[in-house]
Amino acid sequence: MNATPTTARALWLVAGVGFVLATATFALLVGPTSIPMGGTLRETVDRLTPFNIDSGLTETQKSIVWNLRLPRVVLGLLVGASLATAGGTYQGVFRNPLADPYLLGIAAGGGLGATIAFVNDFGDGGGAFDGVQIAAFIGALTAVAVAWLAGVAGDRTHGTATLILTGVAVASFFTALQTFLQQRNTENIREIYTWLLGGLTTSGWSEVMQLLPVAVVLLFVLALSGQTLDVMAVGDEEAKLLGLAVPQIRFGLLVAASLLTAAAVAVSGLIAFVGLIVPHAVRLIFGASFRIIVPLSIFAGAGFLVLCDLAARTILTPAEIPIGVITAFFGAPFFVMILRTTSSR
Amino acid sequence: MKIRLLMCIVALLGLVAASCGSDTDVEEATSDAGAETAPADEGDVAADEDALANADAMEETLEEEATDDAAMDDAAMEDDAMDDAAMEDDAASDVPQRIVSLNPTATEMLFAIGAGDQVIAVDQFSYFPEEAPVTDLSGFEPNIEAIAGFEPDLVITDAALEALDAISIANHVVPAAVDLDDIYAQIEQLGALTGNVGEAAEVVLQMQTDIDAVLASLPARETPLTYYHELDNTLFSVTSSTFIGYVYELFGLENIADPADADGNSFGYPQLNEEFIITANPDLIFLADTLCCEQTAETAAARPGWDQLSAVQNGNVIELNDDVVSRWGPRIVEFIEAVGTAVNEIETAPAS
Repeated sequence: MNATPTTARALWLVAGVGFVLATATFALLVGPTSIPMGGTLRETVDRLTPFNIDSGLTETQKSIVWNLRLPRVVLGLLVGASLATAGGTYQGVFRNPLADPYLLGIAAGGGLGATIAFVNDFGDGGGAFDGVQIAAFIGALTAVAVAWLAGVAGDRTHGTATLILTGVAVASFFTALQTFLQQRNTENIREIYTWLLGGLTTSGWSEVMQLLPVAVVLLFVLALSGQTLDVMAVGDEEAKLLGLAVPQIRFGLLVAASLLTAAAVAVSGLIAFVGLIVPHAVRLIFGASFRIIVPLSIFAGAGFLVLCDLAARTILTPAEIPIGVITAFFGAPFFVMILRTTSSR
Repeated sequence: MKIRLLMCIVALLGLVAASCGSDTDVEEATSDAGAETAPADEGDVAADEDALANADAMEETLEEEATDDAAMDDAAMEDDAMDDAAMEDDAASDVPQRIVSLNPTATEMLFAIGAGDQVIAVDQFSYFPEEAPVTDLSGFEPNIEAIAGFEPDLVITDAALEALDAISIANHVVPAAVDLDDIYAQIEQLGALTGNVGEAAEVVLQMQTDIDAVLASLPARETPLTYYHELDNTLFSVTSSTFIGYVYELFGLENIADPADADGNSFGYPQLNEEFIITANPDLIFLADTLCCEQTAETAAARPGWDQLSAVQNGNVIELNDDVVSRWGPRIVEFIEAVGTAVNEIETAPAS
């Protein structure tokens, strides 16, 4: 099972890249405003490559393609890839199918950080390194750090169970603080709710540029960790016998996955479900090896979130639907379908 | 292990402290001019100003107030304006002197009609006018015991609060208005309830006069102007089915947000797609998020793609006070005047 031939994996990677490019192109071409598709493609090529092509679009159309649609699609790719890959890593580290990137309180901590920022007018949730984004990032990492410090200080014989339960406790506690603050400041309640529901609204390219370096480095690191996760899947004791420094590796992987999640949460709020179901769907379709799950989650997560965002901005056009609604509404039935068709094998 | 736990606790306490830092300090509601007020003389502005001055001067504690028994003569009230049976029983010959308002719009109305000196406490968001006795009472999650602690003889809310009936505290609901006539009726009702019928009528008349003047000044147009009204910087807007949309309809303006909630599922408050706003290219952009979200004509112009909007290019981005727009009371005139000014500044035959 673990001995997937290298050529097959290379093929899957090519297929993954193809899937992402196809969904991204589709999402770029479709929107609430109808813009000539050829012109949209020419404009994108004109901007992204050294070639100078006349797209034939009006200035307004050019602006929509370059300042609104393209950054939103790219942000969707990055956030989707980050959440799905972090989710796959969490599931491997905890050997727990219910694990997702929000397991150790990242969502609750990010929510608290953002709420503090909204209540104190640290920023408005848009632009480069906005106060809300920074506060959400710090809050998310604080929650994980607290969960880790308190959880690992517990009884080691329980392994990851103590850490998971501590994460649940930390999440509840941070959520309590967040709700308290939110109810004390009802004038900020819509801003806060909008943020909590998540969304890929961008201020031009600034969010993309913030997340891009972090995501590229950490996605690369995690993509290479599949083999380690495969070894850890056999159990702590066995992995130790096979020569793995289990506690250190677990710590390192959690730090990487948590940083990635916190960076994604900071720019897009709490988009639910992606980190849970995408890695599962990949596992059910392509097999249980993390050498497959983690790298393919990058592509599957990226494509999935871009398609969900496409639905979010077009279904009720010209109104928007919170993207978390879409990820769950389409993701859940799709997931059950995969579950049923593959479990009968 | 213990050290780690201690560290965690310290860190969490720090977070809580940081987060609570901005909470507004509770202002004690101490003024009670009731005992000093002369028998209510409708329309007598001077007497009311005196009463206000008294209220400022005599900062009494609540406990002391509780022993005061304001014996007021005066003014039979209109029964149909009464919501509460207990009120009708024991206050038939009295006007309320210990009003608690949990509704910022009603607070503005009360002070506008000269009933401000009868108001002893208002909720945390009733910070207009400045002299309103703001407390930490919440209109969203009303705490009945805290309200009862003020020993009010009338509580104004924005939705029915049955628990007040249960403890026999008179209460009156001022719901969100649906049109201007609704606002006028609400003001007149409050006037009747508080013994300020004459001043309430004056306020209504003045509002009608001012609004008529604005609407009469509009130039005739062949094609209606379009507008986008922004509630916050995540592009929540209003449709024509809302009160705010109704105000713009008085000017014959066309709302670009209407297709976003054609079925009414968003109750007239849809979130718009940015791409759509830019394509719709409204003639006027009204920012009602200058307070909540610190938006200005400059921040709007700096948004990606917004430099393409003709409203941005022609300087037709209008900054509105969030509160004036969302509290449908006496200050609605300011909103209407702002819209009127903006509409009048656009030439009837646009050059482009």
